[in-house]
Amino acid sequence: MLMLLLAPALLWLLGLIVLPHVELGILSMRARVAPRVYEPSLAQFRTFFEEPLYWHTFMRTALMSLAATAITLLLAFPIAWTIAKLVRGQSKAMLFILCLIPFWVSETVRTLGWMILLRESGVLPAFLVWLGVTPAPVELLYHDATILVGLVYTSMLFMVIPLISALESLDDSLIEAAYDLGGNGWSILRQIVIPHAAPGIVAGCIVVFMLTLGNYLTPTLLGGKSSQWFTEQIYTQFITRFNWEQGAAFGFLLLALSTAIVWAGLKLSGQKFGEVMQKT
Amino acid sequence: MTHPVSDSSAASDATQPDLQASRVAKHYGAFRAVDDLSFEVARGSFFSILGPSGCGKTTLLRMIAGFLEADAGQIHIGGKAMNGVPPNKRPVNMVFQHLALFPMMSVGENVGYGLARRGVAKDEIQRRVGDMLERVSLPGAQNKRVDQLSGGQKQRVAIARSLVLEPTLLLLDEPLGALDLKLREHMKIELKALQAAFGTTFVYITHDQSEALVLSDHVAVMNHGRFEQVGTPQQLYYEPQTPFVAGFVGANNRIAGRATEVHGSTVTLTSAQGLVIPARAIGQIAKGDAVEAFVRPEVARLARQASVLKDAGLPHFSARVESLLFDGANSAVLLREAQSHTEFRIALPQTGEFADLTVGETVAFGFDAQRAVCFAASTTANEHVFS
Repeated sequence: MLMLLLAPALLWLLGLIVLPHVELGILSMRARVAPRVYEPSLAQFRTFFEEPLYWHTFMRTALMSLAATAITLLLAFPIAWTIAKLVRGQSKAMLFILCLIPFWVSETVRTLGWMILLRESGVLPAFLVWLGVTPAPVELLYHDATILVGLVYTSMLFMVIPLISALESLDDSLIEAAYDLGGNGWSILRQIVIPHAAPGIVAGCIVVFMLTLGNYLTPTLLGGKSSQWFTEQIYTQFITRFNWEQGAAFGFLLLALSTAIVWAGLKLSGQKFGEVMQKT
Repeated sequence: MTHPVSDSSAASDATQPDLQASRVAKHYGAFRAVDDLSFEVARGSFFSILGPSGCGKTTLLRMIAGFLEADAGQIHIGGKAMNGVPPNKRPVNMVFQHLALFPMMSVGENVGYGLARRGVAKDEIQRRVGDMLERVSLPGAQNKRVDQLSGGQKQRVAIARSLVLEPTLLLLDEPLGALDLKLREHMKIELKALQAAFGTTFVYITHDQSEALVLSDHVAVMNHGRFEQVGTPQQLYYEPQTPFVAGFVGANNRIAGRATEVHGSTVTLTSAQGLVIPARAIGQIAKGDAVEAFVRPEVARLARQASVLKDAGLPHFSARVESLLFDGANSAVLLREAQSHTEFRIALPQTGEFADLTVGETVAFGFDAQRAVCFAASTTANEHVFS
C-alpha cells in the first residue's frame, strides 16, 4: 500500500532525476576516439583542469555567486526586519506584495526589463544625460556589476521569505530584555537577532547561491559575450559544439562545486542541513 | 493625590525613596492609561501594584523601566530624573512576564550578559555569575541550556540576571502568572526571601491579590489609571477606603441599599429586597444616602440556632443553605437569607461541627457590625458581587 502511494513520487524521482544523471554520468566518462566510436576515459575532466579558460570561468562564477548572495543578504535583511517587526497589518501585506510583484512575470521578461533600463539607448543613461552627469549616453550593460544587479533582483524574494519567518519568531521581549540589561542596537543585532535568525539566513543563502550559480539567462543576457558564466560554457558544449561528453562533465563539476560550497557554508555557520531546510 | 509611603525604620529620614513618581500620565488619544499618578517607594521595600487587567499597571511599569515615555510628569529613580533616559542607561532592571531568557545563550551567559555589556573583565564576570547563581540556589548551572531548566529554575535565572547588576530598582511584571499553583506558592516564599536577602527595592505588578498581600510591604490598588488606595496589606484588607478596594482585595459580599439610620459611625442599611444590616461607615454618610456594604465571608459566624448568636450580641439572620463549596481550608457555604433572598457567601469552618450540613437546611448567621464596612454608593465599572 505504501509503495502504491509513493509510486508517483518515486517514478518522478527515478525517471526525471536519477536516470538522466546516471546517463550523463556515463557520458562524462567517455571520449570519442573515432566517428561513432567511444571508449571510457577521464579525458573530459582532464580538459577542464588543463584549459585555463574553463576553470577560470568556474572560479569567477563561484565568486560572483557568493558576492551576489552576500549583497542579497545585506539588502534583504533590513527589508525582512521591517516587514517582520516594524510594520503591522495593512502596511505589512503591502510591503510583502511589493517584494512579490517582480515574480509575476517570468525571469526572461524581468531580465529584458533591466536591458531596457540599462542599455545605451535605454532609460537610465538618458536620465543621466538629462541630469548632466554624463555628456553622452553610457553603455551600462555588459559589465559585471550589471550581472550582479540582475542576479540580486531575481534572488531577493528567496532571501526575504526565510528571513521574515525567522525574524517573526523572535520574541520582542528578548530584545527589550537585552536593552534593559544594558545592550545597544549593534550588540543586540550581533548577539541576539543574528544567532536567532541564523537558520533562516543560512537557508536563504543556500537557496540564493544555488539559484545564482545555476542561472543561465540573467548573466548571459545582461553580461553578453563577456559574462563568462559557467552555465554558458555548459550550454556552448552541448548546443554549439555538440560535445555532450564535455558538457556532461562540466555539469557534474558544477554540481560538485555547488555541493562543496554549501557544505563549507553549513560547517562555517554551525548549522545542520535538516534544520535549515525546515526554515525555507 | 499623593500617596507617600515611607518605611517606618529609623533610616528613612536620611535616605531618599528609591522611586518617586510625580503626576505621571500617559494618554492614548482620549483614553487615559495612567492618570496623574504620584507616589514614592522607600528604599529596600517590596512594593506591589495590584489591579485588574487593563488598569494601566503594565503601562506604568514600562514607563518606569524606560520603554515608554510619559506624556506628563516626572519619574525619579535614586534621586535622579529619568526623563529621556533610555532603558539601557537606567539603574533599573526588569523581570519580564515570560522571563525573556536568551535561548541562544547558556545560563551563565544569560546571567553575565549585563556585566559583559558593561565591559567587566571576563574572570570577574565568572566570579560574580557563580556567586549569584549560588545565592539563588542554582549552584553550578552556568553551562546548562535554558530549555533544560524547569519553570521555577528559569524564574530564578531571570531574577539572577537582573540582580547581578545591582540595580536601584527591580521591576517584576507578573512573573508568577505562567506557573502552576504549587510552584507559585513556593516561588512567593522564595521571592520574599530573595528580596529580604538582597535588600533591593522590588516593584511588583500583579492582578493576583494573594501574591500582593503575601509578598509586599506596601500595596497600591490600581483601577482605570489611578491608585484607589495605597497601604500595607493589612490596611487594604481590613480598612478599604473605596468600594473597589473592598471588592477587589479578598472575597467579599456586597449589599447595596439605602442608609435608613446613622448613629455616629454605624449605619443601618436597608436593601431593595428588605434586608436590614448594620455596618461601619467609611467616609461621610448621611441618612437616606444610597450606600453599599461589604461583609467578608470569614467575618460572619454560622450557628445551628439563632439563640447562639443572640446570646453573643450579634445581629443574626436566618438562611437556607443553597450550596456547599468545599475547598479545604477555604471552604464556603452559599446561603440565601430567609426574608430578602439575598445571597451570602460565608466561610465554612472545618472544625467538624458543620460537617453534616446539607443543602436545603436552615441555619443562622451573624456578624459583628464593626467588621462590616459601608461606603456611599459610587458607580465603578469593575464591581463584583462576590470576588
